[in-house]
Amino acid sequence: MDGLIAFWNDLPVVVRVLLKIVVIMLPLMLMVAYYTYLERKVIGHMQVRMGPNRVGFFGFRMLGLGQPIADAVKLMFKEIIIPSGANKVLFLIAPMLSIAPALAAWAVFPFDAEWVLADVNAGLLYVLALTSLGVYGVIIAGWASNSKYSLLGAMRSAAQIVAYEIPMGFALVGVLVAAGSLNLREIVLAQQGSLLHWFWLPLLPMFMIYFVSGVAETNRAPFDVAEGESEIVAGFHVEYSGMTFAVFFLAEYANMILISALTALMFLGGWLSPFQGTALEGAFDWVPGIVWLLGKTFLFMFLFLWFRATFPRYRYDQIMRLGWKVFLPITIVWIVVIGAMKVGQLPWWFD
Amino acid sequence: MSFEKILFCLFAALLIGAALMVITRRNPVHSVLFLVLAFINSAGLWMLAEAEFLAIALVLVYVGAVMVLFLFVVMMLDINIAELRAGFVRNLPVALVVAIVMVAELVMVLGPERFGLAHYAKPEYKPADYSNTAELGLALFNQHVYAFEIAAVILLVGIVAAISLTLRHRPDTKYLDPGRQVRVRAADRLRVIKMKAEEKAR
Amino acid sequence: MKRVIDYIRSLFLFELLRGLGLTGRYMLSRPFTLEYPEEKAPVSPRFRGLHALRRYPNGEERCIACKLCEAVCPALAITIEAEPREDGSRRTTRYDIDLFKCIFCGFCEESCPVDSIVETRIYEYHFENRGEQIMTKGKLLAIGDQYEEQLAADRAAQAVVR
Repeated sequence: MDGLIAFWNDLPVVVRVLLKIVVIMLPLMLMVAYYTYLERKVIGHMQVRMGPNRVGFFGFRMLGLGQPIADAVKLMFKEIIIPSGANKVLFLIAPMLSIAPALAAWAVFPFDAEWVLADVNAGLLYVLALTSLGVYGVIIAGWASNSKYSLLGAMRSAAQIVAYEIPMGFALVGVLVAAGSLNLREIVLAQQGSLLHWFWLPLLPMFMIYFVSGVAETNRAPFDVAEGESEIVAGFHVEYSGMTFAVFFLAEYANMILISALTALMFLGGWLSPFQGTALEGAFDWVPGIVWLLGKTFLFMFLFLWFRATFPRYRYDQIMRLGWKVFLPITIVWIVVIGAMKVGQLPWWFD
Repeated sequence: MSFEKILFCLFAALLIGAALMVITRRNPVHSVLFLVLAFINSAGLWMLAEAEFLAIALVLVYVGAVMVLFLFVVMMLDINIAELRAGFVRNLPVALVVAIVMVAELVMVLGPERFGLAHYAKPEYKPADYSNTAELGLALFNQHVYAFEIAAVILLVGIVAAISLTLRHRPDTKYLDPGRQVRVRAADRLRVIKMKAEEKAR
Repeated sequence: MKRVIDYIRSLFLFELLRGLGLTGRYMLSRPFTLEYPEEKAPVSPRFRGLHALRRYPNGEERCIACKLCEAVCPALAITIEAEPREDGSRRTTRYDIDLFKCIFCGFCEESCPVDSIVETRIYEYHFENRGEQIMTKGKLLAIGDQYEEQLAADRAAQAVVR
């Protein structure tokens, strides 16, 4: 063990960082793949169907667990069709632009008190900046495809994301006022105490608004007008096929996981145990923090699917109204309330 | 050459290259995308200067919001490239003169005899736990609070002006009020009545 | 007052939560899915599947080439040619159904005065080459011979309503 640690410390920094990135990325990509499977399964059951249950491994069906792998292989071997009149370079760059921010944001994400790739001071801002960059993939894809449906999807997405970024940013301002830090690790540590010390309670409106804006930001139902398959075919990615389409698909799911994880981190105490401060605290001490984090993340990931199975798509003007006229005023008012709580040192969060 | 210097040269070269592309590309969408690249590179430069808050705010505000709206508008344009190029050569001499004058002025104001290391000592590297954001906040809300509030009020006036432009009532629009739509109940619109079956006409 | 209540209901997303509750309940209920190749849905005696031509118990083919089915077919899928046989009875020399045209409306079966053309319960079939979709007289008779028992039973079960 000591030899291993010594070997690790002898590695050049670049190699160490690369290895850490691989350790984060591999489970993440696996999670993305199986999230698509979970989505089909969960929505299937909500519609009293079964979802995929045929493709398994080694001739066994195994509840269809081989489905994501089969899908990936299929998409990899499909032809990438570049439409005539499309801007080839931008057309191929767009999927990368949409997945890169979704993955890059994990760099500052603390998985446990010590497990973080880059412990950045302005972590919260970094995350916010990166989530706002994701829209470029959509816009460029829509424009470069040289298709009117794509362009319509891109336009809708641009307006929607700009509208929802503001309440999202304000919700995060609430978090940073409450925590007194932009560092994601310190934000979690500020929530220490018990289940009731987590920020979801004092920041309840922010919590809801952040998550709903997150749903809008990832272009998921009921805010999926950028795709709007019943209106504009598939929106910004109509012209994409094969692996280029798969990358958009991966980006969407990676973004969903990111938003879920961030919500868990900032409002549900991240890796903190829900039994902290109760009689059961000792009994659950052996559970590693990342299990709690994963559990909380999974809760929100499930909500994404549940929303999609339940709600019909919002009408476009209603989306805009919700973002600008409902969420924005509520967040601004609540920032003032949070400021007052903080100044008044309201127990037991801010004393 | 240290690693930071290499990074600086890389960012600076990319920044200048991207900025040149912004003004030389024919397609406005390409220009906007190069402008985005320029912003990201200048954010990198600020990051090197240990101004992480400014760097991220630049990406967040300019790249994430302003340039998206820019792209939004530019994509809607019906581009006629030939027309855009017309007058380029004719206006070139004037543009060159203006550019040279501007560069000369910049050199005169920011040149080494005023801003060199002799006048301003090289700033120290800050310790790892130094928070640029906190320092910036303290400066903004203590020292410069008056200027800050004035800037905020000016922006507010701008917002109010822009919104008031949209507040015109056209009688012929078919605007829907979502609030009223949401309040509608089935009972308000539909009356279910019970009635006896009528005798069939003979 | 009503407006205030409505406002509070919409602010706290009351109806959305009810919707979530509904889908949540359904998620826990048993799926209705039939896993097709292993499980199959029950087929009605009135099912309109692949066609067949029937024979009388003595082996004589029922069809008398009246061409009522050809006339009634809305998709013009049936082609019949007929001439007298050596024994003088009127019989078809050609009876083709183009399954690409057929819409499985069952009019041919209803129009048939001798219960000759029928639609069976078969719905699992495919073609691998162009031309195979034409069901010739020989193929139709073969299907009829193979499933005669089932066909007779289905017609008997439906005799009351036919």
